[in-house]
Amino acid sequence: MRIFAKYKRKLRAQKKKDIPDGLWRKCKHCGEMITKKELEASLHVCPKCNYHYPLSAKRRLLITIDEGTFEEFDADLYPSDPLKFVDTKPYPERQAAAREKSKGLKDAIITGTGKLNGIDVAIAALEFSFMGGSMGAVVGEKITRLIERAMDKRLPLIIVSVSGGARMQESVLSLMQLAKTSGALSRFARQGLPYISIMADPTTGGTTASFASLGDVILAEPGALIGFAGPRVIKQTIQQDLPEGFQRSEFLLEHGFLDMIVQRKDLKGTMARLLRYMGGNTKPKTARKAVIKKRA
Amino acid sequence: MSNNTGLDFERPILELEKKIEELRSLSAGEIDFTAEIKSLQSKLDKARRKVFKSLTAWQKVQIARHPQRPYMLDYVGLIFEEFIELSGDRCYADDKALIGGFATLDGERVMILGHQKGRDTKENLMRNFGSAHPEGYRKALRLMRLAEKFSIPILTFVDTPGAYPGIGAEERGQAEAIAVNLREMMALRTPVIVTIIGEGGSGGALGIGIGDRVIMLENAYYSVISPEGCAAILWKDKARAADAAVALKLTSRDQLGLGLVDEIVPEPLGGAHRDPEAVAAALKERLITNLKELTLLPPEELLEKRYRKFRCMGVFEEGIEE
Repeated sequence: MRIFAKYKRKLRAQKKKDIPDGLWRKCKHCGEMITKKELEASLHVCPKCNYHYPLSAKRRLLITIDEGTFEEFDADLYPSDPLKFVDTKPYPERQAAAREKSKGLKDAIITGTGKLNGIDVAIAALEFSFMGGSMGAVVGEKITRLIERAMDKRLPLIIVSVSGGARMQESVLSLMQLAKTSGALSRFARQGLPYISIMADPTTGGTTASFASLGDVILAEPGALIGFAGPRVIKQTIQQDLPEGFQRSEFLLEHGFLDMIVQRKDLKGTMARLLRYMGGNTKPKTARKAVIKKRA
Repeated sequence: MSNNTGLDFERPILELEKKIEELRSLSAGEIDFTAEIKSLQSKLDKARRKVFKSLTAWQKVQIARHPQRPYMLDYVGLIFEEFIELSGDRCYADDKALIGGFATLDGERVMILGHQKGRDTKENLMRNFGSAHPEGYRKALRLMRLAEKFSIPILTFVDTPGAYPGIGAEERGQAEAIAVNLREMMALRTPVIVTIIGEGGSGGALGIGIGDRVIMLENAYYSVISPEGCAAILWKDKARAADAAVALKLTSRDQLGLGLVDEIVPEPLGGAHRDPEAVAAALKERLITNLKELTLLPPEELLEKRYRKFRCMGVFEEGIEE
């Protein structure tokens, strides 16, 4: 009966080490074990390898906007199915699944206003868990309305992108959201208002080919995949392996397409510091003129 | 045009055409084939109507990519009295896949821009199959600004499978180049007319695709992704491209119905390559007419209308859900 005794001992030893479900997770990047608590405290950045996990739009706003100051816009916009798009599943079914996955969002974005270290800003955060953060008519419309309101209220604009690009299920209607958002930014740029674009992992396709690339200042989180075409498509087209680090933030910085790479914990402070330099014109033009007149 | 480069569904028609031609050349001899030719001709007419009047979305994509389809430079030769090509983005290189320059349309100065594909392997290497790099989009912007400076209207011709997905293109900022064009085209203080003459491949098409009027040739297509790419992602099977082409609503009729293009220029039965001169003449007339209307508008009104045109694109729901 010696064998049985041995087995029993082994079982006991394992039971001692057993940890309640969900407390630990293995970093998908470096494979180290991290506690959930540690991960939350580090804003979903692996403390061992600095991998920046995707943040939900809600959490992004939570860590960017001062507590209790966020006011959401256009929460009642939701997607339609104008093309009656069916692939292996009808589009409405995909919308419903995405809604569940994103814990109740109606589309891949939250927009609104709030304070960032006391500075009033208009902000949008994309949501990757909703159909890959893809831009359809709702995302395009909410961004455009946000830009238009930021012009009205003379607010700096911040857009945090986490997006695979245009949404195929809305075909050319989604392609036209590139035109719509970039067009709105063309007006915004002439108002003397600042726009900070943040690129998080991943920012690709139509999102990169429109508003995300049009910031006065463009910041990215470390190691984010940023590009026009996805790496798989490029590999297929050129039939070669891609260089190490290709299309990552560091690669883009080196090639001149980013201003800085900023650690997640430093993003809010960096934006506040930048806005000190770029927020000078956010007061209405007439008010500024009045001040000058007074002095004269 | 009776050579053997036809598409699968064109083949019965091309074969009949070849037979008729053969009989015609034999008729010069002592035997009279008039009756046979007549019967074949009526057969041919029937076959043409049967095939070409009910083209599927996927067949239209194939016509838009037809190796004999007229390309930008073919239309340039047929529509404009003069073309002075200008080169280079003043930054990195000259992109032969997206070309442009001054041209004269019915006596008026215009700036023309467009994607150019190659007719053979050698030319296609130079033209990169009509897939432009960032330098192409930056050259386009340089030329558009040049046109704006001298109040010259801009005509663009879209015919690309897409902006090129390669290492160099990414290194030099393909996405940034397109994004900047979208922003700047919205603010050009001169009329812009866009014509989709063949393939309207996503961001690569839109990169010169913002204008006061958007015209589409009947068998051209416009899509957010190629049918093959869409099939590979959503169906996980490239072979489902025909299904993707239907789902993507990429034909000119679909675009007109969705309000994304303003008008369609009809093509002869079988496609533009069967009578390039007729298509060019029809397109020329539409370009001249539209340009006349647009040049009457003051720049502020032109810009406001252009903004509104794209501002209202996209369908969504708002309010309490049903």
